[in-house]
Amino acid sequence: MTGTEIARDRKAAVSARALSKTFGQGDYAITALDSVELDILENEFFTLLGPSGCGKTTLLRLIAGFELPTQGSISLQGQDITDKPPHRRPINTVFQNYALFPHMTVAENIGFGLRMLGKPTAEIKQTTERMLALVQLEAMAGRRTDQLSGGQQQRVALARALAPAPKVLLLDEPLAALDLKLRKNMQLELKSLQAETGITFVFVTHDQEEALTMSDRIAVMKSGKILQIGTPRDIYDRPTHRFVADFIGDINILEGTVEHTDGDLATVRLKDGSMVSAHLGPASARSGDVSVAIRPENVRLASAGETPTLTGVLENIVYFGAATNLHLRLGTGEEIVIRNPGAVDEGRYQPGATIGAILQPELIRVLE
Amino acid sequence: MSDREPQSALAAAIDQNKRNERVTRAWLLAPALAIILAISILPLGITVVYSFLTPGTYGGVTWEFSTDSYVQFLFQRDIFDDTLVFNSAYVSIFLRSIGLALGATLGALILGFPTAYFIATKPREQRNIWLFLITLPFWTNLLIRTYAMLLIIRDEGIINIMLMKAGIISSPLTILYTDTAVFIGLIYSFLPFMVLPIYASLEKLDFSLVEAGYDLYANRLKVLFHVIVPLAKPGIVAGCILVFIPGLGAYITPELLGGGKKLMIGNMIAMQFGASRNWPFGSAAALILMALVIVVLLVNALAARRGASNNG
Repeated sequence: MTGTEIARDRKAAVSARALSKTFGQGDYAITALDSVELDILENEFFTLLGPSGCGKTTLLRLIAGFELPTQGSISLQGQDITDKPPHRRPINTVFQNYALFPHMTVAENIGFGLRMLGKPTAEIKQTTERMLALVQLEAMAGRRTDQLSGGQQQRVALARALAPAPKVLLLDEPLAALDLKLRKNMQLELKSLQAETGITFVFVTHDQEEALTMSDRIAVMKSGKILQIGTPRDIYDRPTHRFVADFIGDINILEGTVEHTDGDLATVRLKDGSMVSAHLGPASARSGDVSVAIRPENVRLASAGETPTLTGVLENIVYFGAATNLHLRLGTGEEIVIRNPGAVDEGRYQPGATIGAILQPELIRVLE
Repeated sequence: MSDREPQSALAAAIDQNKRNERVTRAWLLAPALAIILAISILPLGITVVYSFLTPGTYGGVTWEFSTDSYVQFLFQRDIFDDTLVFNSAYVSIFLRSIGLALGATLGALILGFPTAYFIATKPREQRNIWLFLITLPFWTNLLIRTYAMLLIIRDEGIINIMLMKAGIISSPLTILYTDTAVFIGLIYSFLPFMVLPIYASLEKLDFSLVEAGYDLYANRLKVLFHVIVPLAKPGIVAGCILVFIPGLGAYITPELLGGGKKLMIGNMIAMQFGASRNWPFGSAAALILMALVIVVLLVNALAARRGASNNG
């Protein structure tokens, strides 16, 4: 919903219409992508997020042209490119394993795309030098790619894909092979590189944190379908599906029944009888049984004298530095997690104690 | 300082251990080494010695030192005044052999590369079947297979009969006992030696590199020559060597399909030990052939080293 609204006032770089991809035939057919509708905007850092096998890489390969769709169409800046081979699409890819040519130097790798386009030697040299400077590898120009560290190979792959100045840059989990610290650095670098070049980035990842920190918009995928498209805040604060809520960050999900609705607010009676008001999503059920969701950080411990929203028995306390998770077992058998910033008073909060929890009403969502 | 000494003692112990291991391993090599010595180096030595002796009247050698065999390769002694006149007969046989072997190598490469690529891009479980089919001809003796080819390409052979029945030709094509026949025979005999090493290097090829090539605006032909061929080069070089060298010394194929009229080095050498009864000259020719092969291998090794240092 939010996705299409934004799409109206900015031009789409890549559009997919009713895009499907089936591998195999007959009984062995696997639907990797199921009628996907998507608009990726100009100059956008767009992330395809989902677990392995959700179809995000297939979608990327369809955009690149490595696979042809079973059905549907893809267009680039309004032009249909569905049947164009990869070498005739002004789209470049940063591969997951980098796929650097081992028989070429770093500079030759970076210049390859321009060479294949038949650009003059002087231009290739100039662009290669500019790209080497961009990824800070000037000193490595003459090296062979297997003499580079993982992070350096990553930069060469990036420079190689950016050198021909593509309309769209596709990145297939490019940070997966790097260690945590390097990954964090590269995340920021990628983000600023995107802003600098103004090229549309389509980034594939299964790492929800990576998606949240880097993206302008995220599409959450599952089983070949896009469940939700939105800004990181949309996705995190206003998940529309249980899967989205669960996949991105931690979430408490409680069952209840809608009592009545008022605009996009619903009053929901939870299983233990307590009443909460929750926000309705665009496609949420407006009556009957529903699931409501709230993030652990939006649940707090009730202080003395406050009326708690829910009460339960404390089962587990997990301390991890910046915060402490308190796991509460409700009377209904459901579990709820409270994320308390910092440590808690261990004398007062002991496993077995009965604890009150307060749900921040404006941050409760009714799931679809 | 205090812990450096125990460390060097440890290092010495490790060194000793490694040395012991090396001795043990050397024993593993011994049987193979003995066989190579007995059936390769020893006969080679005999060949070298024979090449410097004088031919016996009824074959064999007489123990009399002579360099005539090597002289004979290039020159002919004038019957009357013993002056040396350049004789191109043997050189031309060598050149023809090199030409035929090079041609067969090129032919095998053109046929073998697509074959190897086809197998390497098949699903893993199907590749063994195709490799098995490639090695199937080895189940039959080369002599038999060459005779079979003779039946196929002779004037009344299957090819000519079919072409005539189809009305494409009115009189049979003469293929047998020509250079063409030897050429076809050599390609057929050595094609698997081209396919297998190329397959081995293509099988290791990371096909995401091919995709990267397409992604970076290279069409099929450019991907082939800028990505696939350079990466398959070790296999291509190995295949070419494996076809060129036995092709150069081929005996059965030119004997049967060339009809003994069109000599190759192998037949020429065999002849010296048979009808010509000139064992020293046969030995010398064999050694010259070997020198030729070594030159080819050296050139290849040098080129490979230069390639490696260029990249480094």
